[in-house]
Amino acid sequence: MELFNNLILGFSVALTLQNLLYCFIGVFLGTLIGVLPGIGPLATIAMLLPLTFNVSAVSALIMLAGIYYGAQYGGSTTAILVNLPGEVSAVVTTLDGYQMARQGRAGPALAIAAIASFFAGTVCTLLIALFGPPLAEVALEFGAAEYFSLMLMGLVTAAVLAQGDMVKSLTMVGLGLLTGIVGTDVNSGMARFSFGFPELTDGIGFIIIAVGVFAIGEIVSNLGEDEVEKREVFTSKIGSLMPTVQDLKHSFFPIVRGTMMGAFLGVLPGTGPAIAAFSSYMLEKKLSKDPDSFGKGNIAGVAAPEAANNADAQCKFIPTLTLGIPGSAVMALMLGALTIQGIAPGPQVMTQKPDLFWGLVASMWVGNFMLVILNLPLVGLWVTLLKVPYRLMFPSIMVFSCVGVYSTNNAAFDVYMASIFGVIGFVWAVLKCQPAPLLLGFVLGPLMEENLRRALLISRGDPTVFFTRPISLGFMIVTVVILLIMILPAVRAKREAIAD
Amino acid sequence: MKVPLKQNRDFLAGLMFIAIGCGAMFMARDYPFGSSLRMGPGYFPTVLGGLVTLGGIIVLIEGMVKPEPIGRTWSVRALIILPISALVFGVLMEHAGFVPAVFLLCLIAALASPEFSIKQHTILAAGLTLGCVALFIWGLGLPYPLFAGH
Repeated sequence: MELFNNLILGFSVALTLQNLLYCFIGVFLGTLIGVLPGIGPLATIAMLLPLTFNVSAVSALIMLAGIYYGAQYGGSTTAILVNLPGEVSAVVTTLDGYQMARQGRAGPALAIAAIASFFAGTVCTLLIALFGPPLAEVALEFGAAEYFSLMLMGLVTAAVLAQGDMVKSLTMVGLGLLTGIVGTDVNSGMARFSFGFPELTDGIGFIIIAVGVFAIGEIVSNLGEDEVEKREVFTSKIGSLMPTVQDLKHSFFPIVRGTMMGAFLGVLPGTGPAIAAFSSYMLEKKLSKDPDSFGKGNIAGVAAPEAANNADAQCKFIPTLTLGIPGSAVMALMLGALTIQGIAPGPQVMTQKPDLFWGLVASMWVGNFMLVILNLPLVGLWVTLLKVPYRLMFPSIMVFSCVGVYSTNNAAFDVYMASIFGVIGFVWAVLKCQPAPLLLGFVLGPLMEENLRRALLISRGDPTVFFTRPISLGFMIVTVVILLIMILPAVRAKREAIAD
Repeated sequence: MKVPLKQNRDFLAGLMFIAIGCGAMFMARDYPFGSSLRMGPGYFPTVLGGLVTLGGIIVLIEGMVKPEPIGRTWSVRALIILPISALVFGVLMEHAGFVPAVFLLCLIAALASPEFSIKQHTILAAGLTLGCVALFIWGLGLPYPLFAGH
């Protein structure tokens, strides 16, 4: 019954006129940037974060979350109609979605994508409501040693599961931790790595890094592409949106399995919706009686990955909200939004600010409902957006990035830093070093140092404390096991094959 | 396949990590290291610098064993023009006001594209400036003067 009361509280928060409006703005923007290739939820949230200063914490989170899961809906539209993923997470959807569009079945493909996403969104809202409170209760017992081990586990899984070379990702985590150290040491008051700039004694803002690497760096990257892909848009051929009974029958179990896969991977740190979508696609192909039909317009190849990426995106909120540990770079930004509002992320948020937690959870369901309406009848509107050429889009992104960064501290220095990170981010793109693990390390760096210090202080300098406390030991074992599995040559080879 | 070191992606990435790691350890020498019981401000940076260097060495060796070329093109034009546009924006924000800063930021940034068109991009810059003034100044009430001196 407690769950019931909590959900009522949540809906009473989410259904106020103001929060409905912010939810709508969020999912609208999310769909917009989801449809548009070349700009993702991470850059958008980073740019808009400074705008949430004047808004209440719950409205801010509702809007930012809406951008994130809204982008998962929008990404599939572009994937199906243009054969170009609007978001990375929709790469797999291009395989069968575009083929369906070519066969004149774009309408059912779009409809199934939306239905799958909505189903996954509903299930995951319930999962968060069910598993959030008990997890937070466990987390309240955590001491410094547990937190350190948990963060270590999070960073290692994030690096290991990220795309690309594993050693590189792990090193990028280290680099992120180092970047997080820049600024004044809380214990000694000493300025570290400030290079003599007084502006750096407060540390580098994560908005600067996120906007620099993910917005400005992306622009540099895109402008360096050899040729702009020729887009073939199937606008006139969408036809009827209604899927046939046969379609629904064929996609029901893929949707359920995709949701489960996405929810499971979503709780793990570092996976990201793209991996969830890919894994569920492979699963469907393996289970299918006719694996050859995949890639030729099989509706299950649209339903499963679309359910999985939305489930993953939403379940990422579970560790973020209950433990205060972000599972992905976007979640790190969400925690940043909380911090800006003066709320320390952690398990206490749920008990101290129940309206915030439950309001956000309820808003996700409301937002998913809005997204179905936004995406299906209005699909024509989004498709027209695809005709906006990149040469007009990128100056606009640049303007929003710079104004957003400037307004965080009213400092021109921050804008210069962001453009430097843009160039650095581009160098990383050239060298294929993934920036997402870096951002996680950056956010967790100061927290990890703090908890490491505290744990060792309490244990009088005895490092075995991480292995004698049972929960901490559990995290450490998981970390080591994950690393060992990944070092196995067979797993490693397979992982690299997937990355290509 | 023969890949010259200058084009060897992982070799270069390794070099970058080693340079940053060593740089961090070098700078951290000035911070008291402390002991495991009472860590000084130099403890964590030194350990991390070491780990990043170690990772860099592994990546570098991987690059020598299994060379991969960089394999992509880039636009020098964008790499120079976009930071300049940000610089101009910063300076103008502090001395000339919001309107000229946003307008010129948009126009200069647009130069980064080989498809720059003075007519289209001037219209875009004007429209964006108006939109930004409406959203940020009038809507959200950010305290920036539209033109300095007002």
